[in-house]
Amino acid sequence: MELTRTEILPGVWLNALHTEKFKTACLSLSLLTQLTRETASLNALIPYVLRRGTTRYPDMEALSARMDELYGAAVEPVVRRIGEIQCVGFYASIPEGDFLPGGKGVLHEVCELLGNLLLSPATRGGLLLPQYVDSEKEKMLEAIRSRVNDKRSYALMRCVEEMCCYEDFAVGRLGSESECENINYKKLTRQYHSLLQQSPVEIFYCGRATEREVRACLRDALITLPRGEIDYEIGTDLRMNALEDAPRFQEETLDVNQGQLCIGWRLGECMEEPDLASLLVFNAVLGAGTTSKLFQNVREKLQLCYFAGSLVDVHKGLLLVSAGIDFDKLDPARDEIFAQLEAMKRGEISAEELTAAKAGIASDLRAMTDSQGELEGFLLSQTLDGLDYGPLELAALVEDVTAEEVSAIARSTECDQIYFLRGSDEEETEEQEQDGE
Amino acid sequence: MESKSYSAIGETLYSETLPNGLRLRIVPKPGFRSRYAVFAANYGGAHRRFFLDGQPMETPAGVAHYLEHKMFDLPGGDNALDVLSANGADPNAFTASGITCYYFQCTEHFEENLRLLLHFVSTPYFTEETVRKEQGIIAQEIQMGEDSPGSAVYHTLLRQLYAAHPIRDKVVGTLESIQEITAQTLYDCHKVFYAPGNMCLCVEGDVNPEEIARIARETLGEGGESLPRADFGPEESPLPVEKLHRQQMDVSAPQFLIGAKLSPPGAGEAILRERLVSSLALRLLVGASSDFYNRLYASGLLNRDFDAEVDFSAGTGTLLIGGESPDPEAVLRELVEELRRVEEQGLDPQRFERAKRASLGARLRGLEDFESVCIALAESLFEGCCALESTELLQSVTKAECEDFLCRELREEKLALSIIEPRRA
Repeated sequence: MELTRTEILPGVWLNALHTEKFKTACLSLSLLTQLTRETASLNALIPYVLRRGTTRYPDMEALSARMDELYGAAVEPVVRRIGEIQCVGFYASIPEGDFLPGGKGVLHEVCELLGNLLLSPATRGGLLLPQYVDSEKEKMLEAIRSRVNDKRSYALMRCVEEMCCYEDFAVGRLGSESECENINYKKLTRQYHSLLQQSPVEIFYCGRATEREVRACLRDALITLPRGEIDYEIGTDLRMNALEDAPRFQEETLDVNQGQLCIGWRLGECMEEPDLASLLVFNAVLGAGTTSKLFQNVREKLQLCYFAGSLVDVHKGLLLVSAGIDFDKLDPARDEIFAQLEAMKRGEISAEELTAAKAGIASDLRAMTDSQGELEGFLLSQTLDGLDYGPLELAALVEDVTAEEVSAIARSTECDQIYFLRGSDEEETEEQEQDGE
Repeated sequence: MESKSYSAIGETLYSETLPNGLRLRIVPKPGFRSRYAVFAANYGGAHRRFFLDGQPMETPAGVAHYLEHKMFDLPGGDNALDVLSANGADPNAFTASGITCYYFQCTEHFEENLRLLLHFVSTPYFTEETVRKEQGIIAQEIQMGEDSPGSAVYHTLLRQLYAAHPIRDKVVGTLESIQEITAQTLYDCHKVFYAPGNMCLCVEGDVNPEEIARIARETLGEGGESLPRADFGPEESPLPVEKLHRQQMDVSAPQFLIGAKLSPPGAGEAILRERLVSSLALRLLVGASSDFYNRLYASGLLNRDFDAEVDFSAGTGTLLIGGESPDPEAVLRELVEELRRVEEQGLDPQRFERAKRASLGARLRGLEDFESVCIALAESLFEGCCALESTELLQSVTKAECEDFLCRELREEKLALSIIEPRRA
């Protein structure tokens, strides 16, 4: 597998991986823009409105019928947040011609459709159709509100919101309800044009076509992309320290049976020159997988929870730990989580813990070369960080991480926020009654 | 070892049944780094009552799942999850209504990991203390499920549909039922259901099939145990027990699931065909390019959180159509209306051909994922067919079959609706 990176139009980069391994190819296009409170919802809404209809396929049914014709080549909107960079666009999965009747592929047709979606939306008087904008806006509001439905991810989101309340990172990839409510079709059309003109564009292709073939298809499809002055000044604002001396505490009550504890730290000075390999190993030793300290101690030894895990945001410099616990276990669970991190600060990382963490991450990274979706996400993230090594190189770096490097990251962290989601006593009784029916 | 090549999808399947009864299915994938193995038992949450040598047996709800949790304990105090993880593998397990799967994915030390997988799943080791200790963890898991609207809407629907079939009970059991489980219960169930003749091993990756067969022969016992026969209770009426059920939770908008009990699926190729026909029929009825979905999406009755599938397990077939809607009852009315149109006018031939193309693309995409391939192989094997035959079989599915499925299985009186409403302040 060989990765090539070419600028095919001003500020439009094609990252192409040629491989015969897969039965479907993947093609993604991301417009990169700064995540801000004011524009996050506007930008996030754009691919969804574009996916409603184009000049050639005026509604969703016509678009879906076309995709069915192309053997279910799905071209779907994607909105991501990588640090404080918002990435909006489309992700397409394209069956390879070798497995289709007649042996002919559909890459050219899918690129054409992608270009059509991005550049030729259904409009009236040059403006995006109000009925599409209003309808998608309602659906995005529903999506923003529905974040409460999954209590674990809701607790994580609320913890980050509280922790980063003065930073744009807190708005999330879809933006906020209040900003979304203010959107109208005129505003959205303006934003759409400026996004097309100013955003750097990253395209990722992985499949059987050569880079030349892909480039030719994409140039045809995107030739009318209007380009102005491209905004390369996008990036993530890193805060090294906690907001207050002691961690802030926030508690919320909802109708739940299980409490959700979430704790957030700033990764601190280790983010001045972040070392991706050590950060991944640090996270694995603390709370990723069954050999991690949190799983072994909070779950297995003390039986305080069904799950306890950590994640590290390497772009924003955050460590987040979450655990599902009984309401009365807040104190012991929190104390044990802190105790495990303290142990890591003192260098208490056994050879077994370190080896297992490294083996797990190295294996995941090597396995990534078997999954186009994961490769796509990884390479986009690497590109945004200005890193040019792939998963196999990173796996080799992971093998060399030392216990001291991991411990140094633990020492660099600063706890900023504790968030707890609990149920009210009254609701607990009600739920128990329902159980007995 | 037998091999069969599926040229249309570019795969070759190696099969063998060992003298102890264990069935092997292996898909070699040269050039890939990941290797995936699943060791599966034809045993799930619904296998609560069964006959062994003619004797009826009964076990508490949640045993299959409890057993899965405790299988990782090794004599001597080690935990198989830890040993596999320390070896760089990514191990896990799950229990569904009709199957229990233990699996791992890794890039290095595959053969060592495979030996360990086969060893720990075939070596029961429980003490009253370790079994009691697990109760707290499983209780947390049960409670976590209760906070999930998706899980609540699904389990309620199953209780609305099924009068007696054990699929209506949660695989994890209840806080009460798991208290009845002892080390002896687990030993008994392991002996009956984890006999090699009741299990299969499916592997995908850059592996040598003969080597896998050798490892399995060396690691596992001789077999020859008598096999259990599941008792899923009396035949169910085609009609639901309760047409409509509402409950309230802290959700942002109403969540719903429409369901129906399907005629009990056959075995062998019949069930494979039924899977293909039902999934193509649903794609045509309510899929992304259907008139129904697009109309309801545009009117605001549906959003992108909408899905339809047929689930075949433990001798049942269940239709599931669900998502989020401000008015789930209106969605059901529209669905009934749409079904009447199909009955009167039939399906559109052009749309049928397009849906078949889309379905082919979706199957190719599904083949990229080792985990879903191996689990589909295991499930289909227990049903007496082979999932890799699907792509070719799809070509022969007719429009008339899809129409017949919709008119026969989705009659209005068979449909039930389960709704989770936002809690009123």
